[in-house]
Amino acid sequence: MHAIQAMHATHTAHTAGASLPHESAHLHVSGAAPYADDVPEPAGLLHAAFGMSAHAHARIKAIDLSAVRSCPGVTAVLTHSDIPGENNYGGIVHDDPLLAEGLVQYHGQPVFLVLADSHHTARRAARLGRIEYEVLPAILGVEAALAQQSFIAPPRTITRGDAAAALTRAPHRITGHTRCGGQDHFYLEGQIALAQPQEDGQMQVLCSTQHPTEVQHIVAHALGCANHAVRVECRRMGGGFGGKESQPALIAAAAAVAAAHTGRAVKLRLDRDDDMCITGKRHPFLLEYEVGFDDSGRILAADFLLASDCGYSADLSGPVNDRAICHVDNAYFLEHVTVRNFQCRTHTASNTAFRGFGGPQGMFIIEHAIDCIALRLGLDALDVRRVNYYGTGTANPPRNQTHYGQTIEDNILEAITHELEASSDYRARRAALREQNAASPVIKRGIAFTPVKFGISFNATHFNQAGALVHIYKDGSVLLNHGGTEMGQGLFTKVAQVVARELGIDIACVRASATDTGKVPNTSATAASSGSDLNGMAARDACRQLKARLATHAAALWQVAVDSVSFAGGSVRAAAHSMPFAEFVNQAWFARVSLSAQGFYATPKIHWDRTAFKGHPFYYFAYGVACTQVAVDTLTGETRIERADLLHDAGTSLNPAIDLGQVEGGFIQGAGWLTSEELCWDAQGRLTTHAPSTYKIPTAADIPPLFHVKLVQARPNVEDTIYRSKAVGEPPLMLALSVYHAIRDAVASVAHYRAAPQLDAPATPEAILNAVDALRAARTNDVIDAMA
Amino acid sequence: MQPQPIRFVLNGVPHQAAGVDPHVSLLQYLREQLHLTGTKEGCAEGDCGACTVVIGELQTDASGASGVRLKPINACIRALPTLDGKAVFTVEGLTQADGSLHPVQRAMVACHASQCGFCTPGFVMSLFALHQNTPQPTRAQTIEALAGNLCRCTGYRPILDAAQAMHTVHTADEVAPAQPECGAALAHALMPLQRAEDFSYSAHGVTFHAPRSVASFSRLAAAHPDAWILAGGTDVGLWINKALQSARMILYTGAVAELTQIAEGDGWLDIGAAVPLDDAFTALNCHTPEYAHLWQRFASPPIRASGTLGGNIANGSPIGDAMPLLIVLGAEVVLRHGVATRTLLLEDLYLDYKQQARAPGEWVERVRVPVRDSVRYPALEVAAYKLAKRNEQDISAVCFAIALHRDSGKVARVRIALGGMAGIPKRAAHTEAALTGQSWNQAAVRAAMNAMTRDFAPLSDMRASAGYRMRAAQNLLLRFFHESLAANQVGSGAAPAVALEGTGTAAAAPLETRVY
Repeated sequence: MHAIQAMHATHTAHTAGASLPHESAHLHVSGAAPYADDVPEPAGLLHAAFGMSAHAHARIKAIDLSAVRSCPGVTAVLTHSDIPGENNYGGIVHDDPLLAEGLVQYHGQPVFLVLADSHHTARRAARLGRIEYEVLPAILGVEAALAQQSFIAPPRTITRGDAAAALTRAPHRITGHTRCGGQDHFYLEGQIALAQPQEDGQMQVLCSTQHPTEVQHIVAHALGCANHAVRVECRRMGGGFGGKESQPALIAAAAAVAAAHTGRAVKLRLDRDDDMCITGKRHPFLLEYEVGFDDSGRILAADFLLASDCGYSADLSGPVNDRAICHVDNAYFLEHVTVRNFQCRTHTASNTAFRGFGGPQGMFIIEHAIDCIALRLGLDALDVRRVNYYGTGTANPPRNQTHYGQTIEDNILEAITHELEASSDYRARRAALREQNAASPVIKRGIAFTPVKFGISFNATHFNQAGALVHIYKDGSVLLNHGGTEMGQGLFTKVAQVVARELGIDIACVRASATDTGKVPNTSATAASSGSDLNGMAARDACRQLKARLATHAAALWQVAVDSVSFAGGSVRAAAHSMPFAEFVNQAWFARVSLSAQGFYATPKIHWDRTAFKGHPFYYFAYGVACTQVAVDTLTGETRIERADLLHDAGTSLNPAIDLGQVEGGFIQGAGWLTSEELCWDAQGRLTTHAPSTYKIPTAADIPPLFHVKLVQARPNVEDTIYRSKAVGEPPLMLALSVYHAIRDAVASVAHYRAAPQLDAPATPEAILNAVDALRAARTNDVIDAMA
Repeated sequence: MQPQPIRFVLNGVPHQAAGVDPHVSLLQYLREQLHLTGTKEGCAEGDCGACTVVIGELQTDASGASGVRLKPINACIRALPTLDGKAVFTVEGLTQADGSLHPVQRAMVACHASQCGFCTPGFVMSLFALHQNTPQPTRAQTIEALAGNLCRCTGYRPILDAAQAMHTVHTADEVAPAQPECGAALAHALMPLQRAEDFSYSAHGVTFHAPRSVASFSRLAAAHPDAWILAGGTDVGLWINKALQSARMILYTGAVAELTQIAEGDGWLDIGAAVPLDDAFTALNCHTPEYAHLWQRFASPPIRASGTLGGNIANGSPIGDAMPLLIVLGAEVVLRHGVATRTLLLEDLYLDYKQQARAPGEWVERVRVPVRDSVRYPALEVAAYKLAKRNEQDISAVCFAIALHRDSGKVARVRIALGGMAGIPKRAAHTEAALTGQSWNQAAVRAAMNAMTRDFAPLSDMRASAGYRMRAAQNLLLRFFHESLAANQVGSGAAPAVALEGTGTAAAAPLETRVY
C-alpha cells in the first residue's frame, strides 16, 4: 500500500496546531479508557432489557407479562403506566414514546422494560412477554408514504428564481430519478446508560451521548422533576456519528425511570441486534430531478424532489431535511431552482442524525444530475462541475449567492480543484482508463472527481452557543470542562490544545474532564461538526478572562502595564520579569485572584428564517475535493476502490493528525454508505440487517491501496474562528461521492459512455450488475457484449 | 467426583475458574467476574473483533521441543471451559506493571490509530498475534490479519501504518520495551495444566465434558443425543448470545487429540472434526492452491482459529463456504455412532434445509478429501469463487466451486457445486450434464449457464435477490471459462484451445477477470 498523508504543522510546541496524539490514545491502546459499561458497577445494580414490538404497526390489545415477572432473577417489569412523568423522548416534537402506549409504530419498538439481576436474564425474560396485537396496515417505504400522503410535516416547496420558465428556455433538458439508502451508525459501543438514584429524588445518569443536556431534560420530564435534579455525565463514547444525538434519551430515560421505580441503580445496555432494530438511522431518500442546461453543461434551471423516509416520528427529520435542501446546490450556483420536499412518515424506526445530516443526500441528487448532463453532452463530468461552480464574487454576475440567500465569501473551490486535478493526474488517468476499458470486456475501470462545499453551523441559530469551565489549580495544572462531548473525534484534545496555547503552558498541564450537565449547563449537541468551533472559542474566552485577571495581578506585582504581560513557554512574563506559570498562579491565589472562569461563545453573523427558507445560516463553508478510481467486475458487480486522492479544507488546522483522521475516516464511512452498507427490511417491516453479520461496514481490505490524503495548506478560515481553523467532522464524508461516481463511470463504459446508468445507492454488487445488464440490454449487436 | 475447576494461564498468571455456568463466554467472564474491562463487546457474534484476545496453546514439535502457539480469537463466542489448559492474553496483559506500553500499543499511539478507542483493544490484540507470528508483516498480511476487526472511525490507514511500525517503534537510544512471556517459560507453565484424563466441569446444573478420546466422546454422544456438540463454538456461541438457548450438557470435541489430527495417506487427506479451519485450509492448500484465495476470505482469522472444518460441515449451512469446494473435490465424511462408523459422500450428507442423513447421537468424526490425482487427472482445473457485499468477513450470496477435467479439448468430467443457491450446498447436475462430453467453448458454456436455471431456484434475502444469485452464478461459470482459457494461454504458450467467439480477435493479453 502506498499512502501519503500530508499535514502541515504550524506550531511545533505542544499546543494548538500541533499533531498531538488523542488525549486518550495511551488509554485506548491499553484497554484503560473506561466507557459507560466499564465503570465499576454499583452494589445492587439491576440490568434492564426492552420487550419489543413484533409488528410494524399494530394496536396493543392486551399485554400479559406474568411469564416475564415469574422468570427467576427478574425484579420488576415496567410499562408506560410506570412512567411518573412524560412518556416521551422526542426532542422537538413530542411523538416518541419511551414505552409504547396502546399502539406500536415499528417493528422492534420498546413496549416494556425488564429489570433483572443480569444482562442475560433480562434479555431472556424480555422474550417471554405475551402481547396481543390487532395488526394494522403498515406504510413501508417512501413510495407508499407518498401515495398515502403520510408525512411528519407538511410538504413544502423552496424556490429561487423561476425554474419552470427557465427550464422551458433551456437548450437541453433531462429528467431522472434515483435513491440513496439509509445507513446504520454502527458505533462500536452500543447505546448504554447507567442511572443511579440520589438523595431527595435526584438522578445521576452516566450515558453514552452526544447530547447530555437533552438527556438531562428528557430524563427530568420522564421523572416529572426539575432539570436541577438530574445530572448527566459522559466521559467518552465509543463512536457516535449522530446516532447518539437524540437516541440516547430513550435509553437514559428508561434506565432512570427504572432506577426511580426500584430505588436501585439500573444499567440499560442494548445488545447489538436490539440496538440496530430500535434506533434510527440515516434517512433514505427518493430523489428526482429535472435540469435545463446549455451546451457547456451549465445548469440554467433545476427542479428537485427530495422525499425522505423519516420513520414513524419526527425526531430530527425536520432539520435533516432543511440541511438536505440547503445542500442540493453542493458547490454549484443555481440561479433558478425549485426544491419540493416530502418528509415521509413510515412504520420503521425513526430516522435521525448521521454525519452530514441530510447534506450527503442533498448533494447526491445534484451530483447525479451533473453526471447525467456530462454523459448527455459527451463532456468530462469535471468540466461540467467546474462550469457550474459558484463564482468568487469578482465576476459579473457574481454567481455567489446560494438558493437560500447566503452570499458565499470564502470560495476556494477552483484553487483546490486545480491543485488536486494536477496532483491526482486526473485527466491523463481518465483517458488511459477509457482506452484500457475498450480492451477489457469484463473488468471496467472508472474515475470521478467530485467537490464538497458544506455549511458550518447548526441551521437553527440558537444552537450555535457553547460554554466552558476552566480551573487553574495552585500547582499550575489546569482542569478543562466544556459542553462538547468526546466520541473519538478528538474534541477534548483540540480544546485542551486551545487552553494550552492561550495560557502558554504545555499540553501535559491541561486535563480535559467528562462532559457534565452539572458543570456546564444548557449545552447544544456535539453535532453539526461544531464541536471545536464552539467549545474551542468558549474555552478561549474562559482562558482570556483568567489571563486578564492574572495580568492585572502581574501588573500590580511587577509594576508593569497590563498589556505587557504575556503567557508563553510555561511562564508569565512582562518586561524583565518572568515567573513559572505554576509559581505565578500560586502567588495569585495568595493575592485572592479567582482562578476559575466560565467561558461562553455565540457564533456571530448568522441568522435564519426557516419559514422563508432564507438567511445566513452558516458562519462559513468547508470545502474539499476528491478523485477516486475503481474497478468493476461486469460479470458479478463486485467493485474495488483502487485509488483515492483527497484534498480537504480544515482552515488552519488545530491538530493536523486528528483532522486527517476525520478526513480519512469520513471518506471511508461515506464509501460504506454508498457501496456495501445496505439496510434491508422484509415485507412485514422487519429490519433483516441488524448485526455485522448482515450489515457490512468497510474493513481494512476495502480502503484504497493508493490513498493520498492532504489538508489544504495556507488557507486560514476567512472568518474569525478558533485560530482560523475549520470544522472537519462531517464534510469529508461527502468526498465519498467520488467513489459512487467512479463506479457510475465504470458502468457507463459498457454503453461507451453514451447512456446514463440507472444505479441507485448503495452500489452493491447486485445494484451494479443490474445497471450493467440494463445498459447492455439496451444495446444490440455489440461485440463486447457477446464476449462478456 | 471432586468438582474440577477450569485452569488456564491468564496474562502470565495461573488462574482457576469454578462455579461459572459453562455457557458463559470468556468475554463475560473477563468483564463481569474479573473486571478486566479492556476487552469490549461490540456485537456478541464474532463479527466485529472488539472482543479479540489471544490464546496460547501448548505445542510440541517434531523434535519434541515445546512451544506455545498464539492465535487471536473472539472472546464473545468462546465458552470459558474451552480455555482449560491454555494461555489467555488480554489487552491488559500487554502493558507492563510500570505502565510502559507494548510495541504494538506504542505504534498505535504514534500512528494516531485510535479515535473513539472502543475497537482499539481488539485491534491491538490482533496485531499482537501478528507481531508474535509474523516478523515483518506486509500490508497484505496485515490486512488479512485484521479482517475480523471493524473500526468505524479511522478508515484503517493509520492502523495499517501501526502494523508496519510495530517492530521499529522503539528508538535506538532506548531498550526494547518489555513484552509478555510467550516462549519456553509459558510452555513450562502450561505443561502441568494438560490433562491425560477426560475433563468434566459442572456448574449451575450444566455439565461440560471434554473427553480425551474418540471412544469416550462417542460414548457420551450416543448416550446423550440431546447434548450440544461444541467444536469451535463460532455458531454455538450465537445460539447462546443471540437465540438465548442453553443446554444441559455440552460435549467438546477440542480436547480429543485424535480429532485434532490431519493425516495423509492412500490418496486421502483425513481431517479430524476438531481441526481448526486455518489448519485444515493450510493442508488443503498444499493440493489445491487454487482455493487459497477463497479460504482467505472465509470469515476472519479469529473465527478461522476457533472454528473447525468439521463444525462447518456438521452445521451444514446452505451458505457455508467449505462445502461447495469439498463437494467438487469428492470429499467424504465419516460419521460415528458409538463404536460404529460409516462413510458418506459429503454431498449425500445434506438432504434438505437443516436436514441431514445423520441419526441422533451420530456425529461427524472426520472429513476425507481425495488428494489431487495428477496421474489420472493431470490437467484437473479447480476454482472457487465467492460473491458477497463485502470482500472480507462476509457470508456468501453465492459460493461457486468447480473441478473440471478436459481431455482432447472436450469436457471429460466436471463437478460444480454451489452455496447460497438452495437450502443445502448442492451440485449443479444439469449444468454438469450440459458440459460433459462437450467441447470446452463458449457455446457449451452458454448452454450450461442456461441449464443452471434447472438446477436451482434460489431465494431472495438480505444478501441478494434470487435473480442476482442466478445471474451471478451463471456468470461465474463464464468467469471460470475465461480464466481457464487464460491459464491455458499462459501455461502452454499456445493459442487458446477455442477462440473467443464473437470478438473477431483473440485477446492479446489474458483477460482480466477479477477485481480482487
